[in-house]
Amino acid sequence: MQALYAQLLVGLINGSFYALLSLGLAVIFGMLNIINFAHGALYMMGAFCAYFLLNLAGIGYWWALIIAPIAVGVFGMILERTMLQWLAGLDHLYGLLLTFGIALIVQGLFQNYFGSSGLPYAIPDYPQIGDWRGLQGGINLGFMFLPIYRGWVVIFSLVVCLATWFLIEKTRLGAYLRAATENPTLVRAFGINVPRMITLTYGLGVGLAALAGVLSAPINQVRPLMGADLIIVVFAVVVIGGMGSIMGSIITGFALGVIEGLTKYFYPEASNTVVFVLMVLVLLVKPTGLTGRAA
Amino acid sequence: MSALTDDTLPASPRAVRDEMIVFVVMAALLAIVPATGIYPFFVMQALCFALLACAFNLLIGFGGLLSFGHAMFLGTAGYVTAHLLKVGQISFPYWAGHWVVIPLPPLSPELGIIGGVLVSALLALVTGYVSIRRQGIYFSMITLALSQLLYFIYLQAPFTHGEDGIQGIPQGMLFGFIDLSKPTILYYVVLAVFLAGFLLIFRTINSPFGEVLKSIRENEPRAISLGYKTDQYKLLAYIASGTLAGLAGSLKVFVAQNASLTDVHWTMSGEIVLMTLVGGLGTIFGPIVGAFIIIAMQQYLAGFGQWVTVIQGVIFVGCVLAFRRGIVGEVANRVGHSL
Amino acid sequence: MPETKTATRPAAGAGGAQVLSVKDLQAWYGESHILHGINFHVKEGEVVTLLGRNGAGKTTTLKSVMGIIGKRSGSVQFNGKEISRASSDSIARLGVAFCPEERGIFASLDVRENLLLPPIVSSGGLSLDQIFELFPNLKDRLNSQGTKLSGGEQQMLAIARILRTGARFLMLDEPTEGLAPVIIQQIGHTIARLKKEGFTILLVEQNFRFASTVADRYYVVEHGKVIDGFANSELEANMDKLHTYLGV
Repeated sequence: MQALYAQLLVGLINGSFYALLSLGLAVIFGMLNIINFAHGALYMMGAFCAYFLLNLAGIGYWWALIIAPIAVGVFGMILERTMLQWLAGLDHLYGLLLTFGIALIVQGLFQNYFGSSGLPYAIPDYPQIGDWRGLQGGINLGFMFLPIYRGWVVIFSLVVCLATWFLIEKTRLGAYLRAATENPTLVRAFGINVPRMITLTYGLGVGLAALAGVLSAPINQVRPLMGADLIIVVFAVVVIGGMGSIMGSIITGFALGVIEGLTKYFYPEASNTVVFVLMVLVLLVKPTGLTGRAA
Repeated sequence: MSALTDDTLPASPRAVRDEMIVFVVMAALLAIVPATGIYPFFVMQALCFALLACAFNLLIGFGGLLSFGHAMFLGTAGYVTAHLLKVGQISFPYWAGHWVVIPLPPLSPELGIIGGVLVSALLALVTGYVSIRRQGIYFSMITLALSQLLYFIYLQAPFTHGEDGIQGIPQGMLFGFIDLSKPTILYYVVLAVFLAGFLLIFRTINSPFGEVLKSIRENEPRAISLGYKTDQYKLLAYIASGTLAGLAGSLKVFVAQNASLTDVHWTMSGEIVLMTLVGGLGTIFGPIVGAFIIIAMQQYLAGFGQWVTVIQGVIFVGCVLAFRRGIVGEVANRVGHSL
Repeated sequence: MPETKTATRPAAGAGGAQVLSVKDLQAWYGESHILHGINFHVKEGEVVTLLGRNGAGKTTTLKSVMGIIGKRSGSVQFNGKEISRASSDSIARLGVAFCPEERGIFASLDVRENLLLPPIVSSGGLSLDQIFELFPNLKDRLNSQGTKLSGGEQQMLAIARILRTGARFLMLDEPTEGLAPVIIQQIGHTIARLKKEGFTILLVEQNFRFASTVADRYYVVEHGKVIDGFANSELEANMDKLHTYLGV
């Protein structure tokens, strides 16, 4: 049973990353009509950003959690301003090809300088309060041993996902975003600077990816290709969930992570492929995806 | 999804005669390669990829469907052909609790190729049935995910030998008397298969079937309202494209004498897209030009590690932002002819 | 409301300053040339109606003033400021509000969010209470999805949301299209009321019977040009001509 709970926890953690990444993809797709193939590379950049902050500037995990998403978000906004915005009005596929090219450039550059092996990033050991040493160590829950950092990743990701949901579904800014997704021309004619909103949206989506990267650094190490395979799984998650609903993306992301974890326990040979197999099944039964509208 | 090729395709009507002239010139040039001292291995490899890119282009350039998983056909056909040539015996794991073994000896080249092409046709039927259900961007994501699924299967399946791949594949005697281990003979066989595949694609594009495909690409709702079952046309185009891509994969086994995971990986799918984009989406000869350029680039930059990846990325970005017609599309636009 | 002083200024702005002045406006949709030199002006406090057949270029004129049509030339001055090259969001922030023909109610927003969507561009807009006084129906439907409203309610919502923003110049594109007579009447009352409160309104209408109840002046648009213009008092005299122009 211990092993089952452990795999469930791994599943939840992967699910957190799926949710954070597919959420960003969905928001970006809504505003820019672009499937951001560079999402995995930007996730990787988030992890590297944390690594650089620690090793070059001595800035630790907690600050990295804030600085890395902002830095990568700004990088994304520069990409949007200098390249992506020129694709407006063209077929969606060009956005896929352009961001694929960006992903190759970013991943290739990092591979040149850092090879393909992983760089270690330690779990933070501060603040130290009583017996607590930051997020290191674990708690015995009776039925399982819970490494604190893993629990933190799941809960923090969930909070960030729900905050993003709240921002988009319940605030004024979110109303601008939803309206501009439907009819950008009219929203602009109401006096809202839609091009700037598009840039900020791309920054937000990319920032979420970078945040996932920082969270994953202590668990999966920091590798130039850490996002390359992940992004393909996230594409499958997006096909399964559809991109029409923010909550749908979150739930699908976490659920698929859990299913993957369960598969790792019951039939480990299929753990790499189960998400893709599920995608095929969903396409056969409900081609528009679980929450999606026709596209 | 109609806008994709709007500005990539020359507006002039197809000039089949001019295209045939270019084809004859191309075939003649390729035929004298062994006499020129150019390394034939490079040209053979490029021809395999050219056929692959042409097959891919059939789908995107004339059907408007961007497959981001075409490496699965290259890799699958490669594994099947390699396995049939080297081992022969087929074992299915655990069919109703038992291994099912079809005892076959190592097969001859022609049977190996037929096997590889048939399996990729079957694969295209299955994956096409799934992926055609969504359009545009989703289609691309689904094909990518399906090819990744296959990648993981091949990573684990015993017959592919995982990371090692299938090595040292005997080239054998085609039809019992053509010795494929002789480089010059192999070169002409590869060239003949390439030219035959190319003519088949060329014929398909100019057939009534090809015309319907183009009309679906331009305006699918309209094609539906005219009574065409567009899903069936798209599926047929997908199967044709996948089968021909499989032929390229089988052919490549004789050139490279191995079959490995590289050929199924998503980076390979990306390279196929890149070749076609560089040469010109929706042009007849563009994929061939693109394949030669990308393969040549990889040869010359082989010692530069991941810079090849970076340069490929730069080419992708440059093509999408400033050079959407590709080389052949640009030339065709200048001379006012389709090519 | 804070602007009650200006609101009581004389209507039909005979001597008012020009709010909008359009000279030789040309516009293109892609390759097709739609407007071939539009000339007209709107004075402060006026209700001016553009009449014309389908496809004459009335909607394109509004969209060009709003900055939505990408390719345009000529001169558009709003309160003396040249706006023909400005982006539509900056035009809106100068105090131009646009209510499109298709109403543009957002399906992913509820009625309240739709109503509150356009940002305030200056003080002097209607308060929510004033809006609910004009359109009592909306108050009961605040939590409904925007597109679940009836056609008439959607039209009211589309007008209501641009009254909040403080823009004093409104462009309404066919606000009565496809609506029941009783609702058309309500919209007529609304426009009359807005005029009394000093709003300047540029209206596009096919229904000149409706237009005649609210408009001060008319321009007739045909083939992308303004071919005629007259005041409401001259309407009777121009009836025959109008029938020929509009083909009714």
